[in-house]
Amino acid sequence: MSLRRWLDRAHSVPGAPSVRGIGVTGREWTDIARDVAVAGGRLLSLWGSNTDAAGAAVYAAFLLDEGALIAELPISTGEQTTHYAGLESLFPAASRMQRALFDLHGLRSSDPDRRGWLHHDSEYEFLRVSGDGVHEIPVGPVHAGIIEPGHFRFSVVGEKVLKLEQRLGYTHKDIERRFTQLPILQGHRLAARVSGDSAVAFSWSYCQALEGMSECAVPPRAAWLRAAFLELERIANHLGDLGALGNDAGFAFGLAQFSRLKEQLLRATDHAFGERYLMNAVVPGGTRADIAPAAAVTLSECIGAVAREARVLHGIYEEHAGLRDRFMDAGRLATDLARQLGVLGLAGRASGQSLDLRIDCPCVPYGDLAPAKIVHEAGDVAARVAVRFDELQESCRLVGRILDALPPGPHLATIEAPAADSFGAGLIEGWRGPVFVALEAGPEGSIRRCHPHDPSWQNWPALEHAIIGNIVPDFPLINKSFNLSYSGHDL
Amino acid sequence: MLKTLRKIGSIGIVTEPAPAADELLRVRAALSEKIRTILGRALCIRHVDAGSCNGCELEIHALNNPLYNIEALGIRFVASPRHADLLLVTGPVTTNMETALRRTYQAIPDPKLVVAIGDCGCTGGIFGEGGASRGRVANVIPVDVAVPGCPPAPRQILSGILTALSRAGRHS
Repeated sequence: MSLRRWLDRAHSVPGAPSVRGIGVTGREWTDIARDVAVAGGRLLSLWGSNTDAAGAAVYAAFLLDEGALIAELPISTGEQTTHYAGLESLFPAASRMQRALFDLHGLRSSDPDRRGWLHHDSEYEFLRVSGDGVHEIPVGPVHAGIIEPGHFRFSVVGEKVLKLEQRLGYTHKDIERRFTQLPILQGHRLAARVSGDSAVAFSWSYCQALEGMSECAVPPRAAWLRAAFLELERIANHLGDLGALGNDAGFAFGLAQFSRLKEQLLRATDHAFGERYLMNAVVPGGTRADIAPAAAVTLSECIGAVAREARVLHGIYEEHAGLRDRFMDAGRLATDLARQLGVLGLAGRASGQSLDLRIDCPCVPYGDLAPAKIVHEAGDVAARVAVRFDELQESCRLVGRILDALPPGPHLATIEAPAADSFGAGLIEGWRGPVFVALEAGPEGSIRRCHPHDPSWQNWPALEHAIIGNIVPDFPLINKSFNLSYSGHDL
Repeated sequence: MLKTLRKIGSIGIVTEPAPAADELLRVRAALSEKIRTILGRALCIRHVDAGSCNGCELEIHALNNPLYNIEALGIRFVASPRHADLLLVTGPVTTNMETALRRTYQAIPDPKLVVAIGDCGCTGGIFGEGGASRGRVANVIPVDVAVPGCPPAPRQILSGILTALSRAGRHS
């Protein structure tokens, strides 16, 4: 109930539907966070800024049933060692975001964990587990596969994992600063490369914020095409993961079949839109390319074939005793724990967290498309596989529907750079989970600040919990079942 | 099991012919005949992501799918640099990955090859150079072949790998 007082005071933020903003004092900062936590809301993102032009501020975006709420806390920088109250006791995922915020902007929270996170210029103290027979296995940053870099420190007894501690930040490229060097009408290109497997989600989220700020009306055809892009991205990633998960459990047949399907899909995407991965498809005002009627038919046929074959493969995975044995009960993240940790997106939906922005906070055209929400309860690798299989079918259905019902008209509107000081937010349910972009315009078409947020921030800490009590050789499988982003997190 | 076998039987072999080497991708003098003989066509690759967005990794993964079927060419990805002949590097090199990249390079036995993948690996790409990015791979370790693209398609990546292995002028 007490959330109402904040929502009544908040103003509407341009961009994604149902985003509101509110300026708060230091005391209100913790009050609003507590009220959100009590009401069952989630922390979506926490970030900050510290510039000569606009002063210093810390922001927290919360996800509520009513939409997103962004709290802005202005900070007076000076001699004090603590600048704002940390939210880690209410939202555990806040801790790493606060450490990153200090590395990037020099603003210190009250969080007792003061280890650097994105900056690696000092020695890192891992939490040590001691006891009879306990030893550590350090892994990374370079991993034994074709994957992104990060460090995992396992404390084990025999082959059983007592504790995993992650150290990330290896792909830190100072993306927030890089944004400020680009014209605001070009920022979508960088947004698409925050996490390459979520290029559509990030570039759409960025454009949503920008178009809201510029009061640009996106043509209906463009919105529908963007939804097709987003679902194609989801299908491609799910196909890749389902193959890799079979392979990690010793079923090479799965990798061969799913990677073949994925290749077919990428070629059809290339044929329809001119690129295999849609890195450049979403542009401010609409989409880069339209789709020719003949290409739409080809793409539709390809999607139909992918859905049919995936259904057969689903049956094979379900009946394979060896796969069931490896998937079931591995890396279990219980529903209550997922709730407490604020786990988002696909991993959350596999642990009973019923949140999908396409359904709960839909932007155009998802209100018309009415996707089914896929939720499983078990929270193990098998549940994360099941969510992927079900979402894959649903996304194939959505793409088919979009291609059938694509509204006529232009796919691109003209757009002007927004006025200086304007602020907007984008929020898109990418394949991994909610992708959030906070954008603030500077003078003459520049970017004053842009914060892109990947759901991996919330889900990486959950992986540390999911692995406890499992054996080390199951880690690759459990890790893959989450398939979190390093680059999207390391910024 | 029957379903699995039926699927394997119905799909058959879908592997396509490999692309040719492309001398335009070469940035350093070609291998001597002697080194080429040592490496032969049984090439072991170690991949390092030195800070990429993960886009290039998706296309490198595709090399293992049945259509490109890189293992049929005698090329495979290995888990340790000590087993590798060729280092495949993606991304602008981040400050935080610079040491790891150098050490991985040093751990590969001589003679060794380096192929930089993607616009970021070639030039630093959209992330540029400065701040937390050291820019292109060649700023940190010697590079033999650089494959542009964002991300480059699997055939381009494969072409780059084959270029590193080929004699100069052979396909030009």
